[in-house]
Amino acid sequence: MLYIVITYLWASILLYLLLGGADFGAGIIELFTSQKNKQVTRKTLYSAIGPIWEANHMWLIIAIVILFVGFPVIYSTMSVNMHIPLTVMLIGIIARGTAFTFRHYDAVVDDMQHLYNTIFAISSFTTPLFLGIIAGSAVSGRINPQAGSFADAYIFSWLHWFAITVGLFTVSICGFLASVYLIGETNVEHERLRFAHKAQFFNIAAVACGALVFAAAWFEHIPLFDWVFGNWIGRIAILSATLSLVWMWTLLYQGKIGLLRPLAGFQVTMILLTTTFKHFPNIIILKDGGYLSLTEHAGHEKTIEALGWALLLGSILILPALFYLIYSFQKKPLAYGSESH
Amino acid sequence: MNDFIAARSQMALSLGFHIIFSCIGMVMPFFMAVAHYYYLKTGQTVYKNVTKAWSKGVAIFFATGAVSGTVLSFELGLLWPEFMKHAGPIFGMPFSLEGTAFFIEAIALGFFLYGWDRFNPWFHWFTGVVVGVSGLASGILVVAANAWMNSPAGFEYINGQYLNIDPIAAMFNKAWFSQALHMTIAAFAATGFAVAGVHALMILRGSNVPFHSKSFTIAAVFGCVAALVQPLSGDISAKDVAIRQPAKLAAMEAHFHTEKSAPLIVGGIPNEAEKKVDFAIELPGFLSFLAHGDFKSEVTGLDRIPKENHPPVAITHYAFQVMVGMGMAMMAISVLYFAAFWKKREWLRAPWLMKLFAIATPLGFIAVEAGWTVTEVGRQPWIIYGVMRTADAVTPMPGIAYSFYLFTAIYVSLAAFVVFMLYRQIKMVGKLYDLQ
Ligand code: HDD
Ligand code: HEM
Ligand code: HEM
Repeated sequence: MLYIVITYLWASILLYLLLGGADFGAGIIELFTSQKNKQVTRKTLYSAIGPIWEANHMWLIIAIVILFVGFPVIYSTMSVNMHIPLTVMLIGIIARGTAFTFRHYDAVVDDMQHLYNTIFAISSFTTPLFLGIIAGSAVSGRINPQAGSFADAYIFSWLHWFAITVGLFTVSICGFLASVYLIGETNVEHERLRFAHKAQFFNIAAVACGALVFAAAWFEHIPLFDWVFGNWIGRIAILSATLSLVWMWTLLYQGKIGLLRPLAGFQVTMILLTTTFKHFPNIIILKDGGYLSLTEHAGHEKTIEALGWALLLGSILILPALFYLIYSFQKKPLAYGSESH
Repeated sequence: MNDFIAARSQMALSLGFHIIFSCIGMVMPFFMAVAHYYYLKTGQTVYKNVTKAWSKGVAIFFATGAVSGTVLSFELGLLWPEFMKHAGPIFGMPFSLEGTAFFIEAIALGFFLYGWDRFNPWFHWFTGVVVGVSGLASGILVVAANAWMNSPAGFEYINGQYLNIDPIAAMFNKAWFSQALHMTIAAFAATGFAVAGVHALMILRGSNVPFHSKSFTIAAVFGCVAALVQPLSGDISAKDVAIRQPAKLAAMEAHFHTEKSAPLIVGGIPNEAEKKVDFAIELPGFLSFLAHGDFKSEVTGLDRIPKENHPPVAITHYAFQVMVGMGMAMMAISVLYFAAFWKKREWLRAPWLMKLFAIATPLGFIAVEAGWTVTEVGRQPWIIYGVMRTADAVTPMPGIAYSFYLFTAIYVSLAAFVVFMLYRQIKMVGKLYDLQ
């Protein structure tokens, strides 16, 4: 049962990265879009994610609940030492979620829209940035439960180049996912081209940030290179991700868009796989070289048992409904500004 | 402000904020389902307009409820890591089931909000009902988790170790039923009165009367039925608290001395130094009756409880008085309303009745906040009653006061935004749904 629970945890993190990430990315694109094109981006964005917006963010909650029920030591260690970045991330979540809804449901359309849009775009950037920082810090070996000073315990646990570059990498991945996703959401040729350019931009950004992550890791003596390339799974995953990227761009230039999304999803999945595989089952590396591990620091057997059943039963109820929701709105997208919402 | 007080205040603020949105999120789907049902049955557009207008308001509340809930699931760890480390695996069962309920709610909400003219009308209606049912389920589950803090079960606490954990037994602890029942009814009463009050105000102003009358009736009927049964369920809760948490009951009643035929104290100022209540009205024997169903029985007072385990008496007592006071007021209004329904139809649209409802708009939510204050402050100094002290659970991080100020600023501005949004929605009713 423990492995079922761990699979769910990994899957919810992956799905949050893919679906929530595309959602964040849409806001990031707004940030990087010229004034005149913003309206179109927003329109496509709304019709693409409106109905599934709430559901996309549920993956984060599922992951958190799995952590605090099944792996309480990991959850409480992160909560203590990552207090500050978690708080910043939460503020991002509050700002983004409400701004997204307010701009759509405000009955009067006036200058307030400008405020909502600004808040939405900025928080779309900071939230994944801090998510990435938290994830990077977890494996950076900077978390020190015995730290004596405030700065060591609560600031330098996350404020270092490795974590920051991981954060930027996460942001560019989100932008990339969203642009690829949006290519398929519009039928207008020049808009499609615009999203393709965005995808290109974020792809380059992701590669550049990825290089920075490696540089920072080297600089801070984190054996990232070994984690990623030191085993077969990692090498195969990176190779196949690279090949699929080449394939994706070829398809895009040929104007075939059917496979773009699965390919982009595949690449991100491979990235998450390589970065977590070598560590498994450890998910937090402490300063003294100790680990917090999913197998050793799991909750009591009966708890894991109950949690596993709750997740399995939940999936039976959730997945078909979720697919039907996505399917219905794919088949017949929303018309923007239609009064029928 | 010291860090411990700051952490408690931040928790109280976040929960007190979230509960308003979750009550509305749990209850409004049922109001909408009724309006929607009438529309599908009668074809009158006014019901469709009511459903749609409400659903826009609800979308705003939902989003705010969802983000504030997400914040809470992190805050439990951010503020009380020591508590979560031990409690997580024990009281986690309702949370893991709640995840499913939230998910279904979010999916159904997608169908409902965006599904007009797109699906079979009855399927669309049904998705609205699913939103309500899964909202209620998640509310009941999370209250079961809170009930566990009041009435720990499903483990053995031996030499500081939590052994023999049974998450199912923890979920069905002794307090879950009375708390879940009382909370569910409270949500209906509070939301019903709040919504009815707003529409009553609009009727008084004479704007879009047909629209607001239909809305008013649906909300008022729900709210008044709930307000009538609420004291009964409160009585169940009180009897339950008397057995499980005598210290809480004693604090609620400012009952300093153990005695037989204990009087019920109404109003008054608890004087903790002299262990008496000044300026109170005493109803002899009624506390014994409230607590144990017998006018003669003995009620444990604070004198039987070690000093270090006393909850703050004054806050708990005032909060209890406020809750019961609001409950009585709402009950009285409900009696009047139903009397009008059956005997004096002409009262139903009388301006004085509308004024009464307009004034009563916030009563239910005041009672909800007060009730939670009774439950939570009355549990102090324990975070897990009798097992772990709140002071031992708090995060070691210094500077929580700043976090509290920050969150206060955020919640205050968020509340202001929501009110502003709602004001704009209501102002636009005439334009969006131009009626006759
Ligand atoms: C509309 C709201 C409302 C109204 C009118 C009342 N209550 Fe209440 N009360 C709540 C809303 C509430 C609540 C916010 O929902 C609480 C907090 C925790 C809970 O389970 O319900 C609560 C808690 C609560 C508790 C503590 C339960 C516990 O700690 O386990 C008691 C003893 C009562 N109530 C008793 C009453 C009585 C005797 C009422 C008579 C009029 C009453 N309540 C009206
Ligand atoms: C939404 C309705 C609720 C409200 C308004 C509420 C209110 C409060 C208040 C006023 C406090 C501060 C008490 C004090 O320190 O004196 C508090 C503390 C707390 N509550 Fe609640 N509560 C609610 C529901 C819950 C639920 C459902 C849970 C958990 C599952 C919960 C968990 C806690 C915890 C962990 C604390 C901090 C520890 C403590 O002070 O004992 N609360 N809450
Ligand atoms: C008595 C107290 C509580 C009640 C009755 C309650 C009920 C609800 C309901 C009905 C919702 C659905 C969304 C909405 O209607 O706006 C919701 C949202 C949420 N609540 Fe609470 N809640 C309570 C306390 C808590 C606590 C203590 C936590 C965290 C540990 C929490 C976590 C959440 C989360 C994560 C969501 C968002 C789910 C979504 O996206 O739909 N709630 N709550």
